[in-house]
Amino acid sequence: MRKNLNVIAAYSIMMGLIILVGIFQSWNIALSIFNLCLISAVMTMGANIQWGYAGLINFGIMGFTALGGLAAVLISVDPVQEAWSAGGSNILFSLFLIIAMVLAVRYILKNYKKSKNRTYIVAAIIVLGIVIIRFISEPGIEAIENVEPAKTGFLGGLGLPIIFSWVVGAFFAGGLAFVIGKVALGLRADYLAIATLLISEIVIAIIKHEDWLTRGVKNVIGLKRPAPYEVNLQQTDWFINLVEKFNSSKLNLITDLTERQAALNQLVIEGSSVFVKLCYSGLFLVVVIILLILTQKALYSPWGRMMRAIRDNEEAANAMGKNVVKQHLLIFVLGSAIVGIAGAMLVTQDGLFTPGSYRPLRYTFLIWVMVIVGGSGNNFGAILGGFVVWFLWIEAAPIGLYLVNLTTAGLEDTHFLKVHLIESVPYFRFLMMGVGLLIIMRYRPKGILPEKIEIK
Amino acid sequence: MDFVNAIILILNYIFVPALAYGSQLALGAIFVTLIYGILRFANFATGDMMSFGTMFVILFTWYFQSVGISLGIFPTALLAIPFAIIFMVGYMLIIDKFVFKYYRTKKSPPVQLAMVSIGVMFVTQAVVRIIIGPSDRRFFDGEKFLIKAGEFKEMTGLNEGLAIKSTQVITIIVTLILVSTLFWFLNKTKTGKSMRAYSDNEDLALLSGIDPKKIVMTTWIIAGILATIGGALYGLDKSFKPFTYFNNMLPIFAAAIVGGIGNPFGAFLGGYVIAFSEILLTYAYRKFFMYVLPESMEPDGLIQLLSTDYKFAVSFSILVIVLLYRPSGIFKGKVL
Repeated sequence: MRKNLNVIAAYSIMMGLIILVGIFQSWNIALSIFNLCLISAVMTMGANIQWGYAGLINFGIMGFTALGGLAAVLISVDPVQEAWSAGGSNILFSLFLIIAMVLAVRYILKNYKKSKNRTYIVAAIIVLGIVIIRFISEPGIEAIENVEPAKTGFLGGLGLPIIFSWVVGAFFAGGLAFVIGKVALGLRADYLAIATLLISEIVIAIIKHEDWLTRGVKNVIGLKRPAPYEVNLQQTDWFINLVEKFNSSKLNLITDLTERQAALNQLVIEGSSVFVKLCYSGLFLVVVIILLILTQKALYSPWGRMMRAIRDNEEAANAMGKNVVKQHLLIFVLGSAIVGIAGAMLVTQDGLFTPGSYRPLRYTFLIWVMVIVGGSGNNFGAILGGFVVWFLWIEAAPIGLYLVNLTTAGLEDTHFLKVHLIESVPYFRFLMMGVGLLIIMRYRPKGILPEKIEIK
Repeated sequence: MDFVNAIILILNYIFVPALAYGSQLALGAIFVTLIYGILRFANFATGDMMSFGTMFVILFTWYFQSVGISLGIFPTALLAIPFAIIFMVGYMLIIDKFVFKYYRTKKSPPVQLAMVSIGVMFVTQAVVRIIIGPSDRRFFDGEKFLIKAGEFKEMTGLNEGLAIKSTQVITIIVTLILVSTLFWFLNKTKTGKSMRAYSDNEDLALLSGIDPKKIVMTTWIIAGILATIGGALYGLDKSFKPFTYFNNMLPIFAAAIVGGIGNPFGAFLGGYVIAFSEILLTYAYRKFFMYVLPESMEPDGLIQLLSTDYKFAVSFSILVIVLLYRPSGIFKGKVL
């Protein structure tokens, strides 16, 4: 108990801050911050596995998040029958061709010795394959995109409950990570960072512009929900009764019947959105706890010890007979898969998929700030980092406004400097993140909750 | 005649724009490569540092415009660049003193320095947005075109016009002057030589009495000049928007790595490799083939290898391929 005191203290402070937001701003805001904190925590756990356990830099978090989001769309949206009949066969055939192409290349790479001819043949297969696939897929894509472009214009998904997408998102992201890992893990640390950053940009470019698959920048809206809808809740009796019970003391003060009814209605509307957010919080909390248990178990297992050995001294670990390349690949896939889960969760919570909103600053660098600030190598630290940084990211604007008002109190309201500063309040969050990161890296390089390994 | 038309078409839509864009990338790539070679980390604040320098260029341009100073047919920004460079170099040295120096003297691994540069990226981004705002700004004035498409058509009697913007010419000329001065500096002067020695082998350089403080300071000064001019040229040619500058970091990195990171000449050429491949692969060649081929063989499609949406993806794919087959870049070998 004693040794975990700082963990408990840090988490209680964090919870206290969120509760303060609930009291002073509104419970709705507090819960949406809390939910996004949980999602960020999942992302940081993924990044922390890669960076904290194994020392791999993955600046491609944005790409994996987007793939998770794509999974949510492909699982939950109902299939668009007309689109399938218009161009489905072409797409399926192209898919088959892609698989055939990959297998052919693999076969050649495996069975022939390295030579110039082999390289030319592989290149020829790839170029020829791409040309053929383009010819076959193009009419199909055009046909699909012409099916009611304002409403659908894409193939749709499988029409399953969206919860499944959390698993599928993990598989998507893990699959991509496997390919990237095969290609790029041999690179030096900073090269890997740049390579993953650029690959994630490619992923986003594809998601943005392949309208037949994702609707691209037209966005997919109105995804299914695992939680009840507010409108339905507002008409169910048990929920109204529940709200009435909760607020009975407040409601009893009102004697007038119609006034009381109006107040109750207002409370029900507010309560319904809080209730929906609570449902999400519950779901997300379950994911976070499961992941936390798994990652903690892994950290203290022989495998975790091996990973730390590889991180701290690759050559020595290699000399001890550990397969460094294989373990790096494994951990890269695992960490990315967790990020994929977070991506699917994010889209589930928003109920919409907007490829245009994936930007490296928000989905890659901010997550890295979370990992570094929280404490790399320590799962509790990573989660705390997700909470702290997201909380500050959201609350930076009010804090910034307060600070601006404080420092420029002597100036008139119309003074150009004051007006300008108040207009640029949203950008104080960047300043806060940057300064926070620099201070933490300088004075507490291991983060708020540093890595602590006890051998039990 | 058709053949000449085809050549003019290629010049107009591919060669000239790619040359200008490539020069802008090249300056950024040399910036990245210098930092990487001498200070030994990947600077993720590249794009934002460039936007920081450009911001000063814009502020000075506005000031000069307000007091009525102009360069006639040349953009006023050219006059503003030297003043902006002073501020930019000051900013760089301050950042180095308060942020990077600590990790350098501690001999932290490059990864940590890269993380620190992300912190600098956030701060710089915030400062730029707080001072000048996130919106799109154009600060070009003076004569816009060197050759207008219509005039060119009249002059030569061809079907295709060739339009050359003055910013494109300015970009190319300034880049050439700057880069050749830089190479002269690195290869002929004592400081330049000691910089190369330091980048090649730090311990040996220190043993032979090279002052690391001086090297680091010179590097930041050169980097500041490159970042400001590169950013200003890009802003003149297109427009200034902090977010675009941040994104430009990616092709710049690609250029630096393709050319062989740590090798300024490679970075210089890498900029053009990236620019040309981006434009060549996403240009629709339909009109070109209409000129070159006989009428019976005229193409129906756009003859576009990739849609322009994948412009960035092209350069990144090149980078990935280069990383796979030649991790040290096309022009490997000596560092700096």
